[in-house]
Amino acid sequence: MTKTAKAAVAVASRTLSGAAIIRAVKDAGVEYVLSVPDLHTSEGVLKRVANDKELKLVRVCKEDETIGIAAGLSFGNKRALVLIQYTGFLYAMNAIRGVACENKMPIVMMIGLLTKEPDVAPRESSKFGVRITEPMIDVLGIEQHYIDTDDDISKIKPAIEKAYATSTPVALVIGRRPI
Amino acid sequence: MPGRMNRVAVMQALKKRITNEIVVSTYSCALDWIAQGERDLNYFSHGAMGLASSHGLGLALARPERKVVVLDGDGSLLMNLGTLVSIAGQAPKNLVLFSFQNNAYEANGGHPIPQANTVDFPALALSAGIPNSSSIQEIGEFERRLPEILQAAGPTFVNLHIEQGPPRAGGGYEQLYTEARRAALRRALA
Repeated sequence: MTKTAKAAVAVASRTLSGAAIIRAVKDAGVEYVLSVPDLHTSEGVLKRVANDKELKLVRVCKEDETIGIAAGLSFGNKRALVLIQYTGFLYAMNAIRGVACENKMPIVMMIGLLTKEPDVAPRESSKFGVRITEPMIDVLGIEQHYIDTDDDISKIKPAIEKAYATSTPVALVIGRRPI
Repeated sequence: MPGRMNRVAVMQALKKRITNEIVVSTYSCALDWIAQGERDLNYFSHGAMGLASSHGLGLALARPERKVVVLDGDGSLLMNLGTLVSIAGQAPKNLVLFSFQNNAYEANGGHPIPQANTVDFPALALSAGIPNSSSIQEIGEFERRLPEILQAAGPTFVNLHIEQGPPRAGGGYEQLYTEARRAALRRALA
């Protein structure tokens, strides 16, 4: 096999396991998942969450609701994962700015980059919305982690633990569609 | 045109009945509520208008053994109407949502809300799936019904028709959300 062919096989074999994402989230003590459906994470994550007896799924109408609910849950000593699409993140930016950033709340957001091309860095995507999402997270001063392959899943638990230990928001940006 | 209550009178009546409930308030409601006295179980929704009921839902889910009372404005509620459906979906028995309808954005210059004096909040809550939805126009009725409202299994939605207060230029809302109050609430819920 040529070097190029080997590289192609390596790229094709990269995957992101939704089940492993959920295990990492649960290992970090998360009990609630707050979500507006995101096609990017629908099959790999959200449908599994809906069938997971250890997680409580709160379905809401608009993404900014999740920010308030997660804040309220945190005051009640419960951890939550906000599971949304990047469009929802952009929609909810004022709530994120006010509640998560200025009020310093531990809001953990898992943001799906719907339509991002495989193995293209988000900031190099041809899709405008995908391309601007990571810079927007930077503008808000929110720590972010790129979750694109199974190798990245180990970042999830420490990121959530840190968010709650320091009462700060964190963004887990989902590059590849989880399976 | 429904009767109108004075918001301060409503808060004074509420203060007499509140014991160990978590009270979530926002903007003008928050200023009038805090004027009744500090308490550790106060939670101020500040930073993004419209989310008081969402904060309240989170608290109600996290602490089902404790009643959560939300004091929301009509303009705030209009900004987040989907919350009624989300609350109905979770159906927390310990959540009471009061909407203070003065038909104006008091915090934003006193401008009227869309469909002022026409929008029917209890009907919206009812159709969202909150059967226990009603409205109150007179302070006597509020005082009379309050014990039952606080005791009943929720979620409960009550729209309070109130007089419009003076526009609050500058508001003072920024001072509601302090580290000390936040720490006190955390200690109380630890």
